[in-house]
Amino acid sequence: MAFLRDDRAGDAADLVVGTATARCGVETGPCPGGAVMTPRQQRMLTVGLVLGGVALATVLGISARRNDLLFFVDPTAMAAGDYPENATFNLGGMVADGSWERPEGSLASTFVVTDFKSSVPVVYSGVFPDLFREGQGVVATGRVNADGVFEATKVLAKHDENYMPPNVAESLKKRQAELEAEGGS
Amino acid sequence: MAKAQNLNWFMRWFYRMASPPHFYRWAGRYAPWLGGVGLLCMLYGLWGGLVSSPPDYQMGEGVRIIFVHVPAAWLSMMSYTLMAVAAGIGLIWRMKLAHAVAASCAPIGAAFTFLTLFSGSLWGKPMWGTWWEWDARMTSELLLLFLFLGYIALRNSFTERDKADRVSAILAVVGIINVPIIHFSVDWWNTLHQPASVTRLDAPGIHASMLVPLLVMAVGFTLFFAYVLLVRTQGEILLRERQTKWVNDI
Repeated sequence: MAFLRDDRAGDAADLVVGTATARCGVETGPCPGGAVMTPRQQRMLTVGLVLGGVALATVLGISARRNDLLFFVDPTAMAAGDYPENATFNLGGMVADGSWERPEGSLASTFVVTDFKSSVPVVYSGVFPDLFREGQGVVATGRVNADGVFEATKVLAKHDENYMPPNVAESLKKRQAELEAEGGS
Repeated sequence: MAKAQNLNWFMRWFYRMASPPHFYRWAGRYAPWLGGVGLLCMLYGLWGGLVSSPPDYQMGEGVRIIFVHVPAAWLSMMSYTLMAVAAGIGLIWRMKLAHAVAASCAPIGAAFTFLTLFSGSLWGKPMWGTWWEWDARMTSELLLLFLFLGYIALRNSFTERDKADRVSAILAVVGIINVPIIHFSVDWWNTLHQPASVTRLDAPGIHASMLVPLLVMAVGFTLFFAYVLLVRTQGEILLRERQTKWVNDI
């Protein structure tokens, strides 16, 4: 690691404009040892190579273990059997419209998580976060039981990347309904 | 020094800035303005964010955390980038001042990163239902905090300043790889954290009534960061040059 060496001579010369090239080059002939790069260019190269190498290693490492970094499994992947069978994992998707049911006098409730291709029924008894509602993103932690129902021990709500005042959301919804009505007729 | 005249204005500015006395005076002249304008922007941003902007259609008043959380997160990445670039310049050009800038930048960046994690956690509990989850965005932002703290710890483990400068600079430069990972984590993997609303190519996913105070706040945070960085670098210069005549003349 050239830049770690304590060569004070190089330090002083490099900060003075123009002398770095004069030290070895046209005026003085080739550097001792046959190097054709100035010390500064060598350091530039070393820093570049180290950075490039670490970047490459990071890219390779991340792409090799890509699936381990996913926060949740979606219902389509679950339908394809792509989930840990006897272990706890996260299921993510939308809470299907009209699927949330809470029996009177009980904390246990059921809902369906969907990605509009596949759906998974979920049972959960516990506290729901503020943002939990039908038609919104959700991440549930738990495991699949013998009946194929996802037994959640924890339910987290997701927020999408859109932020707006309630009246804007209201008019957007109205507009969308109008468009759908036009398309239907 | 004859060649100096042939350089373009940027390189001339660059080399002039490398002189500690010159940088010290330059920083002293501009820092108060940056701090003053930054304070005004932050006051407007606070009023805009907490009073004049509307609640969100989903989370109601909980949306107001973004006026601190988002600028803090931007600044945490910006300050790391600046630190890494300064450290790289220090390594390649052997410029002492660049190392001084990188060293001054680290604690400020660490503070912004902590603020990001802390405010996000406060928001996450009521909204998501959790203080912390190991999703890619949160984990990479936590790594950023550890990079800042590691840089500071590594610096302090050397008694000789030159060595501390160079060894810690390598950590700073290599750690830059984490910055794009933080930014793109929400696109590359599915995460609990929501995707980007403002820094994306199509129109922002955030209503103008919230976007304007947010951007003003971000400008305020940036100016405040520049102000603190200049003042801290001035202090670092005085510490490093305390044996020289120009410092003793002050």
